[in-house]
Amino acid sequence: MPLTNKDMLGIEDLSPEEMELIFDTAESFKEVSAREIKKVPTLRGRTIINLFYEPSTRTRTSFEIAAKRMSADAINISVSTSSAVKGETLKDTARNLEAMKPDCIVVRHASAGTPEMLAKYLNCTVINAGDGAHEHPSQALLDIMTVREKKGRIEGLKVAIIGDIMHSRVARSNIVGFSRLGAEVVVTGPRTLIPVGIEELGCTVAPNTVTAIKDADVIMMLRIQLERQGDSFLPSLREYATLWGLDEEKLKYASDDVIILHPGPINRGVEISSGVADGEYSLILEQVTNGVAIRMALFYLLLGGTRESSA
Amino acid sequence: MANRVVITNGRVLDPSIGLDEVSNIYIMGGRVASIKASASDDSPLEEGAPGLDVIDATGKLVVPGLVDIHTHLREPGYEYKETVSTGAGAAAAGGFTTILCMANTLPVNDNQSVTRYILKQAESAAVRVLPIGAVSLGLKGKTITEMGELKEAGCVAFSDDGMPVKDAGLMRRALEYSAGVGKAIITHAEEPELVRDGVMNEGPVSTRLGLPGIPNVAEDSMIARDIQLAELTGGRLHVAHVSTRGGVDLIRAAQARGVKVTAEVAPHHITLTDSRVIGYDTNAKMNPPLRRDGDIEALIEGLNDGTIGSIATDHAPHSVIEKDVEFACAANGIIGLETAFSLVYGLVLDGRLSLERMVEAMTISPAKAIGLECGSIRVGAAADITIIDLGAEWTVEADSIRSRSKNTPYIGVTMKGRVQQTIVGGKTVFTAS
Repeated sequence: MPLTNKDMLGIEDLSPEEMELIFDTAESFKEVSAREIKKVPTLRGRTIINLFYEPSTRTRTSFEIAAKRMSADAINISVSTSSAVKGETLKDTARNLEAMKPDCIVVRHASAGTPEMLAKYLNCTVINAGDGAHEHPSQALLDIMTVREKKGRIEGLKVAIIGDIMHSRVARSNIVGFSRLGAEVVVTGPRTLIPVGIEELGCTVAPNTVTAIKDADVIMMLRIQLERQGDSFLPSLREYATLWGLDEEKLKYASDDVIILHPGPINRGVEISSGVADGEYSLILEQVTNGVAIRMALFYLLLGGTRESSA
Repeated sequence: MANRVVITNGRVLDPSIGLDEVSNIYIMGGRVASIKASASDDSPLEEGAPGLDVIDATGKLVVPGLVDIHTHLREPGYEYKETVSTGAGAAAAGGFTTILCMANTLPVNDNQSVTRYILKQAESAAVRVLPIGAVSLGLKGKTITEMGELKEAGCVAFSDDGMPVKDAGLMRRALEYSAGVGKAIITHAEEPELVRDGVMNEGPVSTRLGLPGIPNVAEDSMIARDIQLAELTGGRLHVAHVSTRGGVDLIRAAQARGVKVTAEVAPHHITLTDSRVIGYDTNAKMNPPLRRDGDIEALIEGLNDGTIGSIATDHAPHSVIEKDVEFACAANGIIGLETAFSLVYGLVLDGRLSLERMVEAMTISPAKAIGLECGSIRVGAAADITIIDLGAEWTVEADSIRSRSKNTPYIGVTMKGRVQQTIVGGKTVFTAS
């Protein structure tokens, strides 16, 4: 049995061995995307529903391309209102989806926990494509895969994650993933955006950007949501850029061969300067390429038939 | 109905009269006629005599009918969740003989006609139902209600429960005015600006789950404000569902300097922590939220030393359409009437609370906090009595819940101590099957 669970709800549920298996599988699928005919027949006849309750171009497209390169039929459903607003229970929602006989449902939802709640009612596989501020496992897997490719290892690396930790599912999934694989994870950001007890996920909190990125091998800059200003988390984007934004000056403190990740889309000049975003250390575009490979690997491992036949 | 009832050989425990002895309770005309120690009681029981019911309580605990000063019965307006009748049925099964219902119905119980409607429904209910009137019209926090008229109609206290009284000036006036009327204000203490979009306790668990948190200080700061206002006005303040260590400390200090403040705690706040939210079970979502171990410790300490006089359920029925939805959208609250005794008795079995203190906190103490006549089986009192089998084990099952709603995190949990029989005014309203 390649993966323990039928669903991919969070990095929290994955052992280091399972993560390694996903990376190795993704490496092998990466080659498919480089071919002229970018398709393998592995999941022919399988139906994958991308159920997005939150607008997303990048993640939804990545899942869709991954499904199509595996020859699965991918259907996108965009929903603008929650079950609660529609007067429908999650059980109703799940039953309706199940009636379409999908093999897998990829769920993105603004409310933390919704993929897990749906998975309890669904027999098919559920992949969490981001739920509130909880988890975004495929994003963390592609981030770690990108670092692993570049550095050849994860263990012993210093990883700095900077920005709005509180509202970031990407941060949570990456803290758990990197620390579970033996990296030292340091987070920093304005105190208003560092949630209480974040250390328990496997990181330390640094008082400022320079301390966090000192000798860092990997820097991950989180997207700052511009509307956070209005909610008194931030006095201004200008001050945010000064204190927490990554520019060439601060970058000098990092390790010489530091690499920079950003889950995108970036706010140029806010959390990351254009010079750094487009510079030699930036792997932002590799992340996008690896994203497709990771999602192909997840579909393969969760739907590939091995699980059922060994069950 | 027999005019005369005798409950024989039970361990009668009534903290209001300092009684804890195997006794026979004689009931006549719905009132307690006499209580005699079984060992020295030589009155003929007239077994089988016409007009005499004998209830054998050998080996059982016999206590004054339990009093719950905090329930939501949802009628009028939300009858699909609960009615006065179904809620009272659940109360009887839980050993309660008097329950108070909060004002957040539709329409709100902020005028005499709604109060009278609730009391009309209560006439045929299994247990005594007493309404609590709203503090402000429509719970909107703008204008105080006609508390004099509401009292006249039958309201026994005032509360905007479900909503905090945000406006400190209005709370001041409400405490002053209600003091004149001679009734307590029950505060749902919560500073909304510190809650914002919070849906669970703020701490490592909320961080891990990615759910917005509610810090303890949201409750503490409002309790502090209301205590200060009670001190200023001389009004009588009762703090609903205290859930924090800070809240207990504030109330203890206020009582020590003579402020007229009492408090209650809900069974779930002393039996579950916020880690119960892991897995996103919306039946672990309530307001105030489940807190942490240190809070439970302080709450139990407060119960033991009397800072928190009462246990009240905050029975809050909701249907699946409010609960089986995204966690952030789900309604707050759980039902509590049918599990309250057994849950708190678990603490007695763990040696964390005495049985006497527990019974006091569920009978005379809440009655006194609100100024009610119930909670005691002294001679002459209404014969509201609950008989409990402390040895019985039972498992909470959705199908056997009497409340119209099933929203409880305790389904499937096995508990010890079960209500055997509930008697209101000498008449049996519930017998365990």
